[in-house]
Amino acid sequence: MSLILDGTEISRALKRIAHEIIEHHHGLDSVVLMGIPTRGKYLAERLSAVLASIEAPVEYGTLDITMHRDDIRIRPPRALVPTLLPAGGIEGKSVILVDDVLFSGRTIRAALDALGELGRPASVQLAVLVDRGHRELPIRADYVGKNIPTSLKENVKVSLVEIDGVDSVEIAPVS
Amino acid sequence: MKHLLSINDVSRDEAINILSTAAELQKLTSGTVKKLPTLRGRTIANLFFEDSTRTRLSFEAAAKRLSADVINFSAKGSSVSKGESLKDTAQTLEAMGVDLFVLRHPASGAATSLAKSGWVDAHIINAGDGTHEHPTQALLDAFTIRKHHGIGRSDFNGVKIAIVGDIAHSRVARSNVLLLKKLGADVTVIAPPTLIPVGLESWGVHHSYDFDEDLASFDVVMMLRVQLERMNDSFFPNGREYARGYGLDESRLNRLKSDAIVMHPGPMNRGLEISSASADSSKSVILEQVAHGVIVRMAVLYRSLGGPDIASTGGSL
Repeated sequence: MSLILDGTEISRALKRIAHEIIEHHHGLDSVVLMGIPTRGKYLAERLSAVLASIEAPVEYGTLDITMHRDDIRIRPPRALVPTLLPAGGIEGKSVILVDDVLFSGRTIRAALDALGELGRPASVQLAVLVDRGHRELPIRADYVGKNIPTSLKENVKVSLVEIDGVDSVEIAPVS
Repeated sequence: MKHLLSINDVSRDEAINILSTAAELQKLTSGTVKKLPTLRGRTIANLFFEDSTRTRLSFEAAAKRLSADVINFSAKGSSVSKGESLKDTAQTLEAMGVDLFVLRHPASGAATSLAKSGWVDAHIINAGDGTHEHPTQALLDAFTIRKHHGIGRSDFNGVKIAIVGDIAHSRVARSNVLLLKKLGADVTVIAPPTLIPVGLESWGVHHSYDFDEDLASFDVVMMLRVQLERMNDSFFPNGREYARGYGLDESRLNRLKSDAIVMHPGPMNRGLEISSASADSSKSVILEQVAHGVIVRMAVLYRSLGGPDIASTGGSL
């Protein structure tokens, strides 16, 4: 198990992503964040706090993708988690999806479908803490905390204080 | 969860899981989302050997909201009248590509027979077998109770529930007792002595012959339909006498706790086990039960069909 990012580095990465978002959108007027549970939800919360501290508050919500997954037929059923829309909704907004790890891209594909059911955003972007490569779909992230080249024989483990008690990104061989 | 045959097969955790899944589905589908793609390409057959309005339509609505295809079969107007058996009917439908059967049958144990016989590989959900069980009804009733008594994830402790009426013939009562006890509720069954089944002691519930005794203490009063079609003997002198002793009339309604709810699995015999005033009162959650039926059955279908294909089942991943 090797440590890739510690707590300080994670918050630095989020700060940089926040600045990139502000720069790209020339402010934060129509920006909303949608975190993908479990850990993307907490990252969206944190990103929103960082954005508020450097520019302006941004609404955020969570997006459950369980019922839109493409592996429903090969994996055991998963528990549903709440989908919470930001107070102003997503219609016409610049939605930024937030997740912890970008891997095959299938989660994001499901997220785009789930988002499409909820409304029609003006644009959708993707922010991830870690991009580990090995895409199986034509999907890329707009904001990346850290690119980590990995092999398929490795697991990327993101831990966040809110649920894991510690902030870290680690790589370990698949057990 | 491949089959849902009896509440006995559902662990407390799985039951809570189904209720929580249903709660999320309710939030999700009460907004703009009316249809989810989850079961696209799966075929669900409603195999009904006994009449039904609510259960069949509710399963059909649930399946369609999850994008599954639905085939409806009812014994009336089918080759069953030519003597075709359950086995042949099920195998015929499976040959048409059915992934899951929703089975309603007048014989107790029919769903279990179909599931354990090896006649078909499809998933089976018991939608009522004779006087045995009706597990999805119990789940939707528990969901309704949870909603009304502000119970968090699982805690039914201290909730006092009366199940009143034709206990002997009621699969709804059997499934409800099993589930509500599993979830920790305090259950009392109330019926005339002739409609109390043999062996009730083993159910682990209180029982009473007197509806009026503790009337004001119940949080939930669940009225059962008097199942005249299953009665081959006289269990009570006449309808009026039954209504006087065990019907929920206006005077009993007024003696209930202010926040008590009145439930009925339907169809109702208005004027017999429940008066119109009670059925249509503000305490009645009967139509809510119907709405919850669709949501809970969506959760059950998802829990049953989500997961590895039958052919490739090699344990959980």
